[in-house]
Amino acid sequence: MNLKFRAGLAALFPLFLAACASEPADDGPAPQRWNLPEVVFTEDGRPDPSILAPVQIFHRGNGSQPQGLDPHVTEGVPSSNVQRDLFEGLIARAPDASLIPGVAERWEVSEDGMTWTFFLRENARWSNGEPMTAEDWRFSFRRVVNPATGSRFAILLTPILNAQDIIAGRRPPEELGVRVVDDLTLQIDMEAPNPFFLEVLTHSLASPVHRATVEAHGDRWARPGNMVSNGPFMLEELAMQSHIRLVRNPYYWDNDNVILDEVFFYPTEDLSAELMRYRAGELSWTYEVPNAQFGWVERNLPDELQVYDWLGIYYFGFNTTREPFNDPRVTKALSLAIDREIITGKLTRWGEQPAFAFTPPGIPGYDPPNPEWAYWTQEERNEHARALLAEAGFGPDNPLRLEIRYNTHEDHRRISLAIGAMWEQTLGVYATLINEEFRVFLANRRQRAVTQVFRSGWIGNYLDPMYFLELFFSENPQNDVGFFNEEYDRLLFRAARAADLEERLGLLREAETLLLETQPFAPIYTYVSKRLVKPYVQGWVPNVLDQHPSRFIFLLRQDPVSQGGN
Amino acid sequence: MLPRYILRRLLGAIPTLFILITIAFFLIRIAPGGPFDEDKALPPEIMANLEAKYNLDQPLVVQYFMYLGSVARGDLGPSFQYSDFTVNELIAEGFPVSIRLGATALAVALLFGVLIGTIAAWRQNTRLDYALMGSAMTGIAIPNFVLAPILILLFAVYAGWLPASGWGGGAARNMVLPVIALALPYMAYVARLTRGSMVETLRSDFVRTARAKGLPEWKILGKHSLKVALLPVVSYLGPAAAAIITGSVVIEQIFGLPGMGRYFVQGALNRDYTLVMGVVIVIGVLIVVFNLIVDIIYALIDPRIRYE
Repeated sequence: MNLKFRAGLAALFPLFLAACASEPADDGPAPQRWNLPEVVFTEDGRPDPSILAPVQIFHRGNGSQPQGLDPHVTEGVPSSNVQRDLFEGLIARAPDASLIPGVAERWEVSEDGMTWTFFLRENARWSNGEPMTAEDWRFSFRRVVNPATGSRFAILLTPILNAQDIIAGRRPPEELGVRVVDDLTLQIDMEAPNPFFLEVLTHSLASPVHRATVEAHGDRWARPGNMVSNGPFMLEELAMQSHIRLVRNPYYWDNDNVILDEVFFYPTEDLSAELMRYRAGELSWTYEVPNAQFGWVERNLPDELQVYDWLGIYYFGFNTTREPFNDPRVTKALSLAIDREIITGKLTRWGEQPAFAFTPPGIPGYDPPNPEWAYWTQEERNEHARALLAEAGFGPDNPLRLEIRYNTHEDHRRISLAIGAMWEQTLGVYATLINEEFRVFLANRRQRAVTQVFRSGWIGNYLDPMYFLELFFSENPQNDVGFFNEEYDRLLFRAARAADLEERLGLLREAETLLLETQPFAPIYTYVSKRLVKPYVQGWVPNVLDQHPSRFIFLLRQDPVSQGGN
Repeated sequence: MLPRYILRRLLGAIPTLFILITIAFFLIRIAPGGPFDEDKALPPEIMANLEAKYNLDQPLVVQYFMYLGSVARGDLGPSFQYSDFTVNELIAEGFPVSIRLGATALAVALLFGVLIGTIAAWRQNTRLDYALMGSAMTGIAIPNFVLAPILILLFAVYAGWLPASGWGGGAARNMVLPVIALALPYMAYVARLTRGSMVETLRSDFVRTARAKGLPEWKILGKHSLKVALLPVVSYLGPAAAAIITGSVVIEQIFGLPGMGRYFVQGALNRDYTLVMGVVIVIGVLIVVFNLIVDIIYALIDPRIRYE
């Protein structure tokens, strides 16, 4: 399984960059010209009916086949995209991803931050017409933390009182800190104050499920014909590996403002095939754009290419439980010697930004604490890196040898190759590249036994720096770099219990500063979301979470394009 | 005689399948990483909950016998990855698509392959022969993951005649491109096989006799020679049929078709143990059945073979 190879990386590197830059030319028919009406809104903020296409059916590319549609059990971006249209939580997101009232019309939090009270909409209904009550919510939250449900990410609800114990089977689900005050009032007791709790509630895990349906159909409830949901759309068809079709939910409380009548989600695992489908007009929204087609897309579809900052970080982790990576001088030297501008400018090329902190920019109120050397030139960084490595005892007589591990993928291979070459050129490090099949790679990374340097990435599900920084909490099963620092743990612990938002962010910033001093990883770049969108698709707004509910999307009328120029 | 022969062959397949299941079961378990190793690590208590839900907390041997028991009852278990579905349901949905696609492609490959091969043999060492065999060589050499996007680009994106993807419930227009992409390499191979054995047959004594008797050329080619020349093609059909039906993973992915082939690869990558096992069993049964069919066809066209 391990394909080991090591060649004169440094010698090959310029050739390699040159090869990356050239692309096969495939210049198709002239790009389609569009004649679309200007977007005008009526007084109540809805798009003017005269600009709308007569048929409002939206075709979205959606990556891999969703694991399933039960929001409490499944995970992954493709599932979440569909679930976001099917279910509505207490809190929802506006097109720009800011928080807006969902099923809860308004809410209050107690002075000490320990109790949240949610006042539910009177007109919130299930897709079968039944009204929604606080009892539905209590049932749903209990179901998530119930071990019998087998929810993979129940851990997200641990801010709620007793959730942790219930997940671990130490208490019955009935002891979860969720109380029904009356039909339309729900109270949630907290384990500790958490100013980001509303962010957590936007996760699909915090979606409501319909008790009678779940009890009647068991594992089969999340299927067409069975499923009862409460979002703007309901499930009409689920054809494995083919498509998922959602139709308008007439009982949705805000149905009057939903413009799309139907939404199709297509699994589009093969990105080149997805591009073909888009070009043939079968999709009006892609999941991604293949890296290999960067040049073509930039030349031929520049107006339809939508690239925006995304709340994710691509990094190389160091297994700090092993020598010599337990020496911060070594890891810092390795991190400093990576020329991030080359990676983002020559390899990824979509507009990714070089990263020097772990938390990506984009979280309101949080400014990631870049280390001082983020503002140096690469030459200065290299010089410092050489000094650090020499100090740690490595030099021409005693070169550092290391293995870079990545899961088999063209992009990871190219980046690993480039970084290996940079280390070899700047520091005289001998790097060996090892690629592994994804699950093998994950298993190795997690065991922290054979890994030395490994690629990794982390993408935020909601806007909280804790979502990133808790990765390095000593007990986190995801702590693949093996970072153990009591002071860091203490800071996170205090931040997790700070009722005041600013205090919390301040503590987190302090923790991240500490983390970056040791560099148990080398941040490389922050992600961008990249997709093709037909210009007639409107109503969506770029956001760092890359969440685009179909609820707000509408399609413009397409007028015939006149033949003789404009 | 034939029914008894078939029965005996089918009974003989049971130990084969049993060994197949056993090896596959333990092999996939040996592979590092499990079905719940996601990019996001699961806390130990959650992992324990999931393993308990799917009986993965039992000793491996116990799991093995539990699995054998449910397979004997025709239950292939729940899918780990697609949590809303059982493996039986996934295969029941994907199998007809794969069969329909594969059978059509096989028919196309066979029909045109034999035709081209026969013509080439009949006009042996002429320009026509070289042209046909040259194209066939190209057909074998071009992998379908190259051919398929080119077909889509030409016929769907530029010309707009056919859909770029999708199954459309098995509509003819949806099947044209995938069938061509799938059939072409097999067609080319069948053409070469046919030509080879046809050339040999045309030199044999009984053809010379037929010619001497003054039989028309079409009768010599179409009736007498072809029957003999087809034997190597028929023996190639068994493995080819199984491969064409299950091996269309690439085609299914590029054309977005809901077939069964994808589950084999995805199941293995996701460590979806039950799904992989389910597909392995179906493929195993298919190979057994196709080989049996080939043997029967053999007997029908080759008078030298009889079943006891």
